[in-house]
Amino acid sequence: MLNPVNPGRRRLLSASGTATLSAAAVTLLAGCASAAAKTGDMMSKDADILNVALGLEHEAINAYQLGAQSGLLLKPVLDVAVLFQSHHKSHRDALIATIEKLGGRPVAEKSLGEYAKALRAETLKNQADVLNLAARLELGATNAYLGVIPAFKDVNLAKVAARLAADETMHWTTLAGALGRPLPSAALTFGA
Amino acid sequence: MSDPGFIVVVVAAGAAACTLPGGTAAADPARGEALYESRCGACHSIDSNRVGPRHRGLIGRRAGSVAGYDYSAAFRDSRVVWDEQTLDRWLADPEALIPGQRMNYSVSDPRDRADLIAFLRFAR
Repeated sequence: MLNPVNPGRRRLLSASGTATLSAAAVTLLAGCASAAAKTGDMMSKDADILNVALGLEHEAINAYQLGAQSGLLLKPVLDVAVLFQSHHKSHRDALIATIEKLGGRPVAEKSLGEYAKALRAETLKNQADVLNLAARLELGATNAYLGVIPAFKDVNLAKVAARLAADETMHWTTLAGALGRPLPSAALTFGA
Repeated sequence: MSDPGFIVVVVAAGAAACTLPGGTAAADPARGEALYESRCGACHSIDSNRVGPRHRGLIGRRAGSVAGYDYSAAFRDSRVVWDEQTLDRWLADPEALIPGQRMNYSVSDPRDRADLIAFLRFAR
């Protein structure tokens, strides 16, 4: 029913881990903001958007944690889940650095138990359940990042959101493949 | 994550007619459910406060009034009450309806908004 992610794909994913955003990279991008975009109100608005994104990343990290410690994931899939969690940790660190640079206060992570309750972790009974949850969150995150791009006052932060969306899309595509789902038949399905 | 029982009810009611806020065509709650999962599901659930507040009981509720959710000051001070018209305005341009809000995600297509609202009507 469920095809574990194959070793070749795992090698590919491991290589892709080096391409995630570092906090320094995002901070550097934020530092390239045009002078016109650096007014206090605009920076505050951008920080608010990034804080929502940070909330998503906190939740994703904890969702993968719940999956990893559930005992429901086979070894190859577990490795990929841990890899994807590491990507989200990199996203989190980058977002925190950028929010602070913009003068904002990063939203705090909740407890694992709170995420478990909100995500109804008690309903996860097998590996497919875990992957379906992860796929739903990754697709939602992709669309959320794409959806807020027009709201950024600083175009460099819009680019960062697009790069984050690309990571989430890669996660969703891998998870969908592991679940045996077909690829989207139409173009332009993300962010629509 | 949506309640599976709730989803069954919505899918079964997929052909139910709902008036579009500004038009005459029927909205599709089943399509709205799929849109909800893909576009709203990153932050929202029907029954859980997550990055955004839960949505059960949304219609008729005052904005910023869900217990246990940490709203922005803009929301706490808002006098908006959610109905089909205010939800349509909110989804079309959140900042225009509640300046200082934190969602910043809009739904530009009126049909998509109508279908989402039709779905949310079931979340009583």
